[in-house]
Amino acid sequence: MVAEEIRLAAKSPSAAGVSRRELLLTTAITLIFSATSAWALDVKGSLPWPPNAGTPPTPVQPGPWVYFTAEEATAIEALVDRLIPPDPQTPGGKDAGCAVFIDRQLAGAYGKAEGLYMRGPFVDGTPQQGDQSPLTPAARYRQGLAALDKYCRATYAGKSFAELADNDKDKLLSGLEKGDVGLEGANARGFFELLLQNTQEGFFADPVYGGNRNMLAWKMIGYPGARYDYRDWVERHNEHYPLPPVSIGGRPDWVRKAG
Amino acid sequence: MARKLPATDVVIVGLGWTGAILAHELTASGLNVVAIERGPWRDTASDFPPAYAQDELRYHIRHDLFLRPAQVTMTFRNNVSQTALPIRSWGSFMPPNGVGGGGVHWNAETWRFQPSDFQLKTHLTQRYGEKFLPADMTIQDWGVSYDELEPCYDKFEYLCGTSGKAGNLKGQIQAGGNPFEGFRSREYPTPPQKQPYGPTLFAQAATEMGYKPFPQPSGNLSQAYTNPLGVTLGPCTYCGFCEWFGCGNYSKASPQTTILPVLVRRPNFEARTQCEVLKINLDKSGKRATGVTYIDSSGNEWEQPADLVLLCAFQLFNVHLLLLSGIGKPYDPGSGAGVIGRNYSYQVTSSVDAYFDDKIFNPFIASGAIGMCIDEFNGDNFDHGPHGFVGGGYLGAVQTNGRPLQSTRVPKGTPRWGLEWKQAVAKNYLRSYQAVTHGSCYSYRDAYCDLDPTYTDRFGRKLMRITFDFHENELKMSQYITDRLAEVVQKMGPRHFEKKPRAGHYDITVYQTTHTCGGAIMGTDPKSSALNRYLQSWDVPNLFVMGATAFPQNAGYNPTDTVGALAYWGADAIVNQYLKSPGPLVQA
Amino acid sequence: MTMRTLMSLAVAACTISAISARSAEDGQAYEKIERGRYLAVVGDCISCHTAPGGKPFAGGAALETPFGTLLGPNITPDVATGIGSWTEEDFWRTLHEGIGKNGKRLYPAMPYPAYTKVTREDASAIWAYLSTLEPVRNEVRANQLEFPFNLRRPATSTWDLINFRPSMFRPDPTKSETWNRGAYLVEGLGHCGTCHTPKNITGGDRDREALQGALLQDWYAPDVTPDLRTGIGSWSAEDIVRYLKTGANSFDIASGPMAEVVANSTSHMTDADLSAIATYLKDNAPRNATAVAALSAQDRRMVAGKAIYEDRCAPCHDASGMGIPSLFPRLANAPLVQSADPTSLIRVVLIGNRAGATAAAPTAPAMPPFGWNLSDQEIADVLTYVRNAWGNAALPVQAADVTKLRDRLQRNAGGGG
Repeated sequence: MVAEEIRLAAKSPSAAGVSRRELLLTTAITLIFSATSAWALDVKGSLPWPPNAGTPPTPVQPGPWVYFTAEEATAIEALVDRLIPPDPQTPGGKDAGCAVFIDRQLAGAYGKAEGLYMRGPFVDGTPQQGDQSPLTPAARYRQGLAALDKYCRATYAGKSFAELADNDKDKLLSGLEKGDVGLEGANARGFFELLLQNTQEGFFADPVYGGNRNMLAWKMIGYPGARYDYRDWVERHNEHYPLPPVSIGGRPDWVRKAG
Repeated sequence: MARKLPATDVVIVGLGWTGAILAHELTASGLNVVAIERGPWRDTASDFPPAYAQDELRYHIRHDLFLRPAQVTMTFRNNVSQTALPIRSWGSFMPPNGVGGGGVHWNAETWRFQPSDFQLKTHLTQRYGEKFLPADMTIQDWGVSYDELEPCYDKFEYLCGTSGKAGNLKGQIQAGGNPFEGFRSREYPTPPQKQPYGPTLFAQAATEMGYKPFPQPSGNLSQAYTNPLGVTLGPCTYCGFCEWFGCGNYSKASPQTTILPVLVRRPNFEARTQCEVLKINLDKSGKRATGVTYIDSSGNEWEQPADLVLLCAFQLFNVHLLLLSGIGKPYDPGSGAGVIGRNYSYQVTSSVDAYFDDKIFNPFIASGAIGMCIDEFNGDNFDHGPHGFVGGGYLGAVQTNGRPLQSTRVPKGTPRWGLEWKQAVAKNYLRSYQAVTHGSCYSYRDAYCDLDPTYTDRFGRKLMRITFDFHENELKMSQYITDRLAEVVQKMGPRHFEKKPRAGHYDITVYQTTHTCGGAIMGTDPKSSALNRYLQSWDVPNLFVMGATAFPQNAGYNPTDTVGALAYWGADAIVNQYLKSPGPLVQA
Repeated sequence: MTMRTLMSLAVAACTISAISARSAEDGQAYEKIERGRYLAVVGDCISCHTAPGGKPFAGGAALETPFGTLLGPNITPDVATGIGSWTEEDFWRTLHEGIGKNGKRLYPAMPYPAYTKVTREDASAIWAYLSTLEPVRNEVRANQLEFPFNLRRPATSTWDLINFRPSMFRPDPTKSETWNRGAYLVEGLGHCGTCHTPKNITGGDRDREALQGALLQDWYAPDVTPDLRTGIGSWSAEDIVRYLKTGANSFDIASGPMAEVVANSTSHMTDADLSAIATYLKDNAPRNATAVAALSAQDRRMVAGKAIYEDRCAPCHDASGMGIPSLFPRLANAPLVQSADPTSLIRVVLIGNRAGATAAAPTAPAMPPFGWNLSDQEIADVLTYVRNAWGNAALPVQAADVTKLRDRLQRNAGGGG
């Protein structure tokens, strides 16, 4: 019934401006949309804005592993601590929270390959064509860690990766990186690259995601973090920037000192 | 089965820069305009506030503001002998999504093309002879001249508030600006941004070598600015989160910060977001568009009839929709016939990484478009005769960011992990500098787009297939200008530097730039172009196609200023010519 | 075509169609109707008598009062659901005495304590205009106040005994004509005190504190007396006119309920009337708030607040607190920031805010919410800093106040009001 009214009103010549009929018309359209579509948004008149608008990140909470099993977590902690080892100045990947970061990432949208094109057929191509695996990142970890464990126990007298000496760990990682070591039932190089990428993400990403604890990686390189105003510093050349880093969550100075 | 909606005067597909400009110009002339946008509404305070806009993982690594390949992607191959495979995760380029389009997450480098770029074929043939050009190169003239576009460039820059220094005011060369640029009718709307240490050193070195460095024109503003529409932008705070990110403090020119506040107030404008256009509908003759069919996020299909259809999506999707809608003859690389998909091109970028012991660059004090550049090696600003290639690019120290996942670089030979890597990162983060080249990419007979025979999107539509590789001309060009860049960098006094010219096959997995071009190009002949000089479809005169889709080949500059200028050029043609006498504006 | 707001277009469309339908007999009648239309804009009738997305003047807007929610009635000339059966005399009594047709006393949400000062001539013009509107059949549900306020008659007549005397506007012969016009607009049809004057326990105006600022709907309508610190004392008459005309000046941008007032009313007023308002406001008695000393920069609240401000607020409002005209409100020496009541400040930090827009100042910038990120203590401290930095001085904000407002806003959002 609105449809008839709409059709009559719609084709008015509009050069003279908008008639009241057209206002009625747009109201009718809005109704059609609001009745049938939960998400599509019809914007006119003013910029949309609801209170509390936004999608801030949900901070990763400490606590039990969400995706990894206890055994997988032990291996991941050992792996990230060799990819980014501790040194006297800065903790390594494990204490930086890289394993927690990867665990939470795999449990979420990233681990599920949400948003990626996952339709077949899955055919290997040239390196320039990019990864064509049907596996999600979460599945690649499960597969890769199982295969790595099997390899370690077979090669190093029943020991898991975490139980190896640092030298052996590094040798094994180099082998994976170079393609010298193959893993049965997994793409060894692909797994290594994924692990290295995610470990560095955990090290340098905002602490809100579980890694880079206390912004230690940012402090290590002199990056001031989630700051948003350097106007006073653009033309101060060849000087160390003096202010401490800040994360999305804030920094210790936001909390008033006792006393 | 699509339900039919009341007709409107104009339907716009995509509400990015060009959609917003066209909507603004056409509503101002009294037309009723409906814009249909695949992605969500995006707003500064709601979607990228300065409380979490600066999240490298979310926006850069996880692509939060971009289209999801699951929605639609393309397939890719380097050449016709290969089987194209789908781009499963974005790499080489980042297709935008949502209101504001690429204008939300660009770096805001706001360059004009040169006068000779618009008559490229004629110009190069006259200077070097036809034989100088590679046989399979398919460059063309645009059908529009720089002089015609100059007022449109001006209009777009004054919309944006672009910060810069003119190098050529009405033919008079200006000290401190780019002496190679085409004439400007007036100075930039705002003065250049401040320059950090790296660009300052680069400019000193370049000056000593006899070059004429100038500040890069920037859409991140040096000061607050109120544009002719009455919309106010703030001053850039050099936060270093531009490309990949939305600007949290209204200081980067985008549809959000320049047009949308005014546009939404117009009673004859309406935007429908989260609605994906499936195809452009044609009448029985195939010569007239009757509107579009789209699907909303609940899966309902709608037909939106309109008298005029404006294709304003990102370059790749404009071409895809033309192919899916059966508009224009698809290009066939074998015969060279057909126009849709023809002359797909890209951009050729490279860098020189330098490592210093005694200099602190603070790379995080950045803006997507600060930097000092030289233009001696762009376009045809130098004699190509001795070099055996055509094209070029600008060279510069462009300090876009110091984000640690993207910009911690280590010298060649450093392991990629372990203690040595960690210590090298810590040592070099503040003390390394990357200078860049930004080069042209000309078009070739075997670089094109068509529909993929195998892969489909979630609605069962065929994906678009990109067939593309770099050609020898471009690789030679990149080598040459990277060598020139290295000479300047060397003069800055690094302990060590590494040249990284573009080399090898085009790789879809490595981010280079989102400057994809062509596929439905403008020109003077319907046999070799999809659009006439007013961006009007030769085949369907009530269809206009905006954006870099129309570039016959790509120049050595960032495309957005030209995309904006072409949008004003097209809008002017619609308002002042087409509406008075709807029909072809150029007789074929 | 030129840019106009939807609302003003709708108003214009109604006027034109109605006039042509009823065919104004002569120029005089037309002039009167046009004057009535303008006065209805000055009185901002449309805001309370139009539901969101509804037809102009057909009623249904929800008005929150401390005593419950009221709905603005239909004032189109529809006989069954509007004021089609009213006489001009009925209308005059409504405006002047707060007594509707059939002797019903109105809730003072209808600002008759201010409208009582409207001249008979102006009331007549408004009536003439309303009579030309297209009748809209729209039954507005009865008022829904909780006991005892739902007993309209006795409760409101008692209220009137305490708080209301019908009166006329009396020009002050010692003042200029402009001043008197301003006084008439501010105290009468413009009904500024309805929001900006503090209320007594029954909701009546505390006349001695006229325009000194008051709380409503979790917004603080600020002091608009010429007090230098908390009022508009540092604004020039031009600043005031610019604010009312465009919604923005070099100090501030209208937001919240005031943005609506600007969009629907003041931005359509003549420059002469806006100047008159400015003249009157500037010459009004200042609030003379008790002096407050700024907190020391070393105060631990200030130290923490400064850290938060520089990390999160400075990218827009600037480390100097100077803001950007028409985009980011200035905080340094800003009256609203130093208000006795920090409710509006807490509110916008908690849940964010969108500024209003007019054709002259269309930017409509939005402030993002920070309630997800900052604790109540952190919000209190950053606001304490903002209220005591750059020469500002105001009482510190308490975390408990933030907690209370956070809870209330959450309840309102959850319960739908």
